[in-house]
Amino acid sequence: MSAPLLERREFLKFSLAASSGLLVGLYIPSGTKDAFAQEASTSSFMPNAFVRIGNDERVTVIVNHSEMGQGVYTALPMLLAEELDADWGKIGFEPAPVDPKYNHPIFGMQMTGGSSSVYSGFEQFRNAGAAARAMLVAAAAEKWNADPATLRTDSGAVFDGANRRLTYGQLAEAAAKMKPPEKVALKDPKTFKLIGKAKSRLDTPEKVNGKAIFGLDIKQPGMLTAVIARPPIFGAKVRNFDDSHARAMPGVRKIVAVPSGVAVIADSFWQAKVARDALKVDWDEGTMSGFSTTQMMQQFREQAKSPGKSVRKEGDPEGAFASAARKIEAVYEVPYLSHAMMEPLNCAVDLRADSCEIWTGTQFQTVDRMSAAKVAGLPAEKVQIHTTYLGGGFGRRANPQSDFVVEAVHVAKAAGVPVKVIWTREDDMQGGWYRPAFLHAIVGGVDAGGNAVSWRSRLVGQSIMAGTMFAEAMGMTKKGYDPASVEGADDLPYEIPNLGIESHQAEVQVPVQWWRSVGHSHTGFATECFIDELATLAGKDPYQFRRDLLQKHPRHLGVLDLVAQKSGWGKPLPKGRGRGIAVHASFESYSAQVAEVSVTEGNVRVHRLVCAIDCGRYVNPGIIAAQTEGGAIFGASAALFQELTFEGGRLQQTNFHTFPVMRTNECPEIETHIVENNEKSGGIGEPGVPCTAPAIANAVFAVMGKRIRKLPIRMTEAV
Amino acid sequence: MISFTVNDRHVDVEVDPSTPLLWVLRDNLGLTGTKYGCGMAQCGACTVHLDGEALRSCVAPVSRVAGKKVTTIEGLSADLSHPLQRAWIAEDVPQCGYCQSGQLMSAAVLLRQKPQPTDEDIDEAMTGNICRCGTYPRIRKAIYRAAGMMTKGGAK
Repeated sequence: MSAPLLERREFLKFSLAASSGLLVGLYIPSGTKDAFAQEASTSSFMPNAFVRIGNDERVTVIVNHSEMGQGVYTALPMLLAEELDADWGKIGFEPAPVDPKYNHPIFGMQMTGGSSSVYSGFEQFRNAGAAARAMLVAAAAEKWNADPATLRTDSGAVFDGANRRLTYGQLAEAAAKMKPPEKVALKDPKTFKLIGKAKSRLDTPEKVNGKAIFGLDIKQPGMLTAVIARPPIFGAKVRNFDDSHARAMPGVRKIVAVPSGVAVIADSFWQAKVARDALKVDWDEGTMSGFSTTQMMQQFREQAKSPGKSVRKEGDPEGAFASAARKIEAVYEVPYLSHAMMEPLNCAVDLRADSCEIWTGTQFQTVDRMSAAKVAGLPAEKVQIHTTYLGGGFGRRANPQSDFVVEAVHVAKAAGVPVKVIWTREDDMQGGWYRPAFLHAIVGGVDAGGNAVSWRSRLVGQSIMAGTMFAEAMGMTKKGYDPASVEGADDLPYEIPNLGIESHQAEVQVPVQWWRSVGHSHTGFATECFIDELATLAGKDPYQFRRDLLQKHPRHLGVLDLVAQKSGWGKPLPKGRGRGIAVHASFESYSAQVAEVSVTEGNVRVHRLVCAIDCGRYVNPGIIAAQTEGGAIFGASAALFQELTFEGGRLQQTNFHTFPVMRTNECPEIETHIVENNEKSGGIGEPGVPCTAPAIANAVFAVMGKRIRKLPIRMTEAV
Repeated sequence: MISFTVNDRHVDVEVDPSTPLLWVLRDNLGLTGTKYGCGMAQCGACTVHLDGEALRSCVAPVSRVAGKKVTTIEGLSADLSHPLQRAWIAEDVPQCGYCQSGQLMSAAVLLRQKPQPTDEDIDEAMTGNICRCGTYPRIRKAIYRAAGMMTKGGAK
């Protein structure tokens, strides 16, 4: 009964509609027993696409978002189980197959991103649970010949007034015959038993005994492993290759040319890898062979000297800057960054004459399915994707061109065997789709009384959305800039009367992509460092200065005050230590952090990070703390250690020794404080990232009196 | 042919002796709990025990383990009963989970050598294991929790 997958035109229309605020499929009654329920016994009850109840009492929640560490396999089942009044001990989960009924309610496609899984599923999963509950109650009412309104539910069972009890398992068969309700009433939040509680993650046990299956672990009958020689420079093409040595190596089955390079297919990874390394490939290096990030940043600096496309303008920023009592100009620079998920990219494909089965950890099922179908020469519904656990995603596994999936289908097609493509760490790091490098040139001024009067920011960097299916949905042509480039800068919350935000879109042939917190990953740094510089210019305390400018933004103020209080802002610190503060809203949530640092012989040490987060109504505070702290550590890695640089068109970094990730001995003490309120639910996967770099940089200023305007932090470059 | 013991089971494998142990475990023996992260002993995702000591299996040729005893995450316990596994569950440590096999195997060696570890001991033993999700604070708590269980006689 699965509907044909949306064609591209339709898909675009759908995305457009979604972006203009139309919510699709808030509640999807299904009542069908689809092929994906292959494990279901005949007596199981599947009231809708999101839940299956077995006569063994097992309640399986089908999750339409990918689990990459952010906790969706726990938080979304909690929402459903809450309204179902299920026994939490009987809850299980499974990944949804690709099907339009599992489309993201906001984005109109099956995907995981934008920190939106839980807030977009908040009503969807509750409704699905409530609908199932209503059918179970109806079945019990029929058995007892009672009025459904007199029955109650608790811990996986229906009770009547006399406390007679029928379990959900006992009712499953009868409930399957009930009519799905057209409308359901949801619980009063005051009666929640699960939502808001720190329930343990359901996926932890299989992640501590080696049983959790990631894409890398997939093994299907007859499946071989491929390792690919890819271009050393973006845009380079294979001129020809000599595989005479590689072909003769043990275990090597096939060597085939594919659009992305040359694939070596062998019995095992190591055989394929060793043979891949033995290939002699002659590359036509293309137009990027002279590319240098040093030169690129110089060009960005030149570009920033002229006005860009106006994104936001209030008052007269230039005039107010010219007449300001005190003024400052600063240029902030951030580099290209790799997602560097612990699990390098991989994708397994079994391509047959009339089917294509794919096993991979992806964030982008709908797009991958469409892209794979095109290469396979099959209708989209003949392509099925089995979503495994993702060994980290951070955006990389949501590729607008489905690069790692398309490539694997090409290999399977050329080789004619089921094949798993594995990227080495070096392949993954050098394979592109980075967080774009950015430059922010900001000028600002204060009046004689120390009030901020002007702020003009020019951003220079590559667009992530340009050329993707999202460009139009985001209104790029009409706007003349990429909203993802300026998010977090164009919505500057500070009340400054003369404000200008301008965008220069740099054209560089390095593939770029969303990286945990997307535009906020650099706008948070630039805006929160510059407001700190303005505070110094005004002779005011950085926390108070922000406070004064945020009077119309209570949720910003809420996290700012909370983090100041919890960090002991203003209280003395041991000699040689300093504090820095930052506040930033992203993905419908509000975040503030205070970093406590010291600097010894040019090395910045972060001792303590205090985080405050306001994500509105929340589901699982344990997961919120984990995501906030994980996000902060992700942000600290970028602040202190990470950059990707190119010389002669070649990336200079290859692995964790040249692209370091924060390690446990460098990790500060971290604490998270959650704001309690009943605001609309916001995201949690990304909002922890943007504040960390500016909080650290501002703390470095507090202790050293020098400003950090370039990441990663190097004291030799401080000004 | 190379013979060794994995999780108390005797195995004979027919592979090029220079093949890293990691890929023999994963591709020849089907033990996929041990992960590949970097291939150059930088990240620790591939950590196993060789005669009780932590070994980065991605850079150890299988010839090196001939006649020796290898333990992988699958051999840490049969039923999640190892104090570290119990502590990891209690502290809800994993996020994506990919690095956790290696983290647990490194922590197991630490606790055997230092049943009452200090922060410095944890730094020393665990700094070779990267976690991109940033679970370090919970890993530290879980190690202390497991150490507590073991001193109270909870160890098996």
